Amino acid sequence: MKTVGVLALQGDFEAHAGAFARAGARAAEVRTVEQLEAVDALVIPGGESTTMLKLMSYYGLFEPLKAFAAAKPVFGTCAGAILLAGEVLNPPQASLNVLDMTIERNAYGRQLASHVARLRGHALDGDAELEAVFIRAPIIRRVGDSGKILATHNGDPVLVDFGRHLVATFHPELTQDSRVHKLFLRKVEAR
Amino acid sequence: MNYLDETFRVKVGLAEMLKGGVIMDVTDARQAEIAEKAGASAVMALERVPADIRKEGGVARMAAIRKIREIMANTSIPVMAKCRIGHIAEARVLEALEVDFIDESEVLTPADEEHHVDKRAFRVPFVCGCRNLGEALRRIAEGAAMIRTKGEAGSGNIVEAVRHIRTVVREMKQITVLGREELMAEAKRLQAPLELVEYVHEHGKLPVPNFSAGGVATPADAALVRQLGAEAVFVGSGIFKSSDPETRAKAIVKATTHFDDPKAVLEASEELGEAMPGLDIRQMDESQLLQTRGW
Repeated sequence: MKTVGVLALQGDFEAHAGAFARAGARAAEVRTVEQLEAVDALVIPGGESTTMLKLMSYYGLFEPLKAFAAAKPVFGTCAGAILLAGEVLNPPQASLNVLDMTIERNAYGRQLASHVARLRGHALDGDAELEAVFIRAPIIRRVGDSGKILATHNGDPVLVDFGRHLVATFHPELTQDSRVHKLFLRKVEAR
Repeated sequence: MNYLDETFRVKVGLAEMLKGGVIMDVTDARQAEIAEKAGASAVMALERVPADIRKEGGVARMAAIRKIREIMANTSIPVMAKCRIGHIAEARVLEALEVDFIDESEVLTPADEEHHVDKRAFRVPFVCGCRNLGEALRRIAEGAAMIRTKGEAGSGNIVEAVRHIRTVVREMKQITVLGREELMAEAKRLQAPLELVEYVHEHGKLPVPNFSAGGVATPADAALVRQLGAEAVFVGSGIFKSSDPETRAKAIVKATTHFDDPKAVLEASEELGEAMPGLDIRQMDESQLLQTRGW
């Protein structure tokens, strides 16, 4: 069985590890370059993107993460999606620049604008609506040709397939629905 | 209360996102910028840090709105603010201001010595302090989406934070080994709702994130409370009352993430200036303690 690493610098990494366990996969926390080298795929969880950026730079993780993403699957949720985007707005900030997309931080507003949405018309298995938890969430403003939009909310892309990689602006790890995690696991197992 | 309730889940969702991080007390936009640049996961906007509240005395209230606005306008990370225990109107003002989290805090002078705010009635999430499991469960029953052990704010002394986190963790462990028929008596002893005692019995943890506060002054202090089970750390006076806030803020962020790696905590502890001066809790008068506010 392959091992999915969960970047555990800050944020809801435990929730992701739990979600992968429910989906039948093995997850391991990743805080160092050595731990990164030992996993087959990586999740960058929700949390504060600015905090994670600082910790990446303090510990020289920036280039190793870029190199990892050039070869192996990476799944980013919320802050993780921000860190993978090629361009970040509100305010502009550095990123790993892995995916051809533009994303705007805190685009719905502050915490009072956080909400749960039930998404229909998604491209996941089955017809059941997808419960999507948005917490101070970003909005994807542009998706390059390499991205395939799998779900939208108010017309904005919220789940995008980039071939080897996957991004969500919501938090599938905070629900009991395993479909998004299973989709990522299929990418991992296919390699 | 229903833990699958959507509003409650959205509140707890933000608390989940703050795990593994450091929430720093700041009193102006410049400090907020230093905190964000050092890697804080959120800032707590207040007028005076606890050490100054302790020194200057008087009534400590919700911070000036202008101050909180200035901090909100100059940071991209979540901004929290404190209201007095039981001060429903201050809490409503902070909600109207759209702060991201309200701390119903013992650091401010309580407005109500009997009742805490009914936090279920709000859309903004609340964090509350506790010294033991019963207190934690009462606050959660009132709707708190995050718990922080109180410690002794503004003391620069970690001993009370350790006492409180150890107490909560020990009391939770004890509940997990009880039989179902023992839970009602345990709920009576803890003065907490049965359904929350049942939740702890089943899961071995609180239904909301459990952070630590009150007395963290060094990177090793932060690593200590993380090792004892705190999922994130609040630092009040410890950063901006030290001789080198920027370096210390970064060091505490590093030690909070790598709490279980002594070499990383060692590296974070190198070349720090003077920590804030500390207070010996045993030499303090009971009336000077902030942790005994609230129940």
